[in-house]
Amino acid sequence: MNFVDTLLILGAAFLAVFWEAAFSGLRVALGAQVDLLPSLMVYAGLRAELPAVALLAAWGGFCLDSLSATPLGISILPLFIAGLAVYSSRELVLRDQTYAQFLLGLAAAAGVPLMTLLLLLTTGHKPLLGWGTLWQLAVVTVGGALFTPPCFILFDWLHRSLAHGAATESSFRPDREIRRGRG
Amino acid sequence: MVLTLIVLNLPSHTKARLKLGIGSLFLPLLGLAGSSQQLAGAALDRVVPRRELLRQNEALRQENQGLRFKVMEAGAMERENARLRQLLGWQAQQPRKIKLASVVLRDPSNWWRTIQIDLGSRDGMRINLPVLSPEGALVGRISAVSLTRSQVVLLGDPNCHVAAVVENESRDNGVVGASGPLDSGFVELGYLSTNARLKPGQLVKTSGLGGIFPKDILIGQVVDTQPIEYGFGTVARVKLAANLNALEEVWVILEP
Repeated sequence: MNFVDTLLILGAAFLAVFWEAAFSGLRVALGAQVDLLPSLMVYAGLRAELPAVALLAAWGGFCLDSLSATPLGISILPLFIAGLAVYSSRELVLRDQTYAQFLLGLAAAAGVPLMTLLLLLTTGHKPLLGWGTLWQLAVVTVGGALFTPPCFILFDWLHRSLAHGAATESSFRPDREIRRGRG
Repeated sequence: MVLTLIVLNLPSHTKARLKLGIGSLFLPLLGLAGSSQQLAGAALDRVVPRRELLRQNEALRQENQGLRFKVMEAGAMERENARLRQLLGWQAQQPRKIKLASVVLRDPSNWWRTIQIDLGSRDGMRINLPVLSPEGALVGRISAVSLTRSQVVLLGDPNCHVAAVVENESRDNGVVGASGPLDSGFVELGYLSTNARLKPGQLVKTSGLGGIFPKDILIGQVVDTQPIEYGFGTVARVKLAANLNALEEVWVILEP
């Protein structure tokens, strides 16, 4: 993953947070807003290096908290832990399989809100909690999981479009060309 | 982890400034979203058939006539009210100074119930100013202010408590508190006395106690009650008059 890819994923995190805040159709229909950042963390964890994962967690967390009533900085740690967990086990994961991406997205989308909730309660805040929270967690988990494979498709396509193509080797050799006629 | 700890341990005003600074990065996107919504609205207007427009025009004309009549009636009542106040020696109430704001963003997380409006400190916004729906029902209060935007904490959020009074014979007092994560249309009215005589349909309004919300702003109506703490207290479920999910514009009371 090069510098442009890192910039692209940071831009995607920015747009994802804006989408979550500006468009509330899902919130009205399902009672919960889907968080797209855990899916991006899974992508970064499998494709990027550790500094890019940390940068994405910090940037995404800051963006999310700046538009939310959540205290600034709370969301960074859960995102980073999710990204680090994926990064540290990526050699064991079939990272190009849609099924694996879906399951990692499912785990990250479930883990990030639970860790955020734990941090909020630990720091003495009182978020909205009740039986409905279970439904919200289910929506966020499934939504995050469903978003993860398309996230890979999109960024892999962007990577292929913006990066130099791999040099293809041909069996043709000019020095072995048989030249016909008078020459 | 270190970054989280550093940010969490910053002084509160530094954290607030940092938060507002990062939030202001979204300003260009807010303008873009507003423009795209206007474009979509304009495109929709073009495809509405002429017959439908004429029907809407007629309906608005009739509504306008009805409202004119009501304004005339209200004017007469206002004059009568002023005359009676003068006779009784009561101080006349000043009309509230209000400002219309557009809702630009909602809280992206599911842990809070807040919105952002397009008025900030340069428009005279301050923390704790009351916010009403276009119909005049209570929506919440301003909880944070930047130069161009303000955050409004809505009714039902754990950080929004409102001293309320039920419009019944005993004028029962209580406090409107948090609601469930999925019940955005309902809130709990707690701290009611054990002998509170609440009935479904009774109106709940602000009591004016606490000094943040002015008196007599409509909050909603009682749906049902249930005893809590082995009968030592009562809590009522209140259906909010304002639809918090469909807020597009709100009024901010500048001088309660």
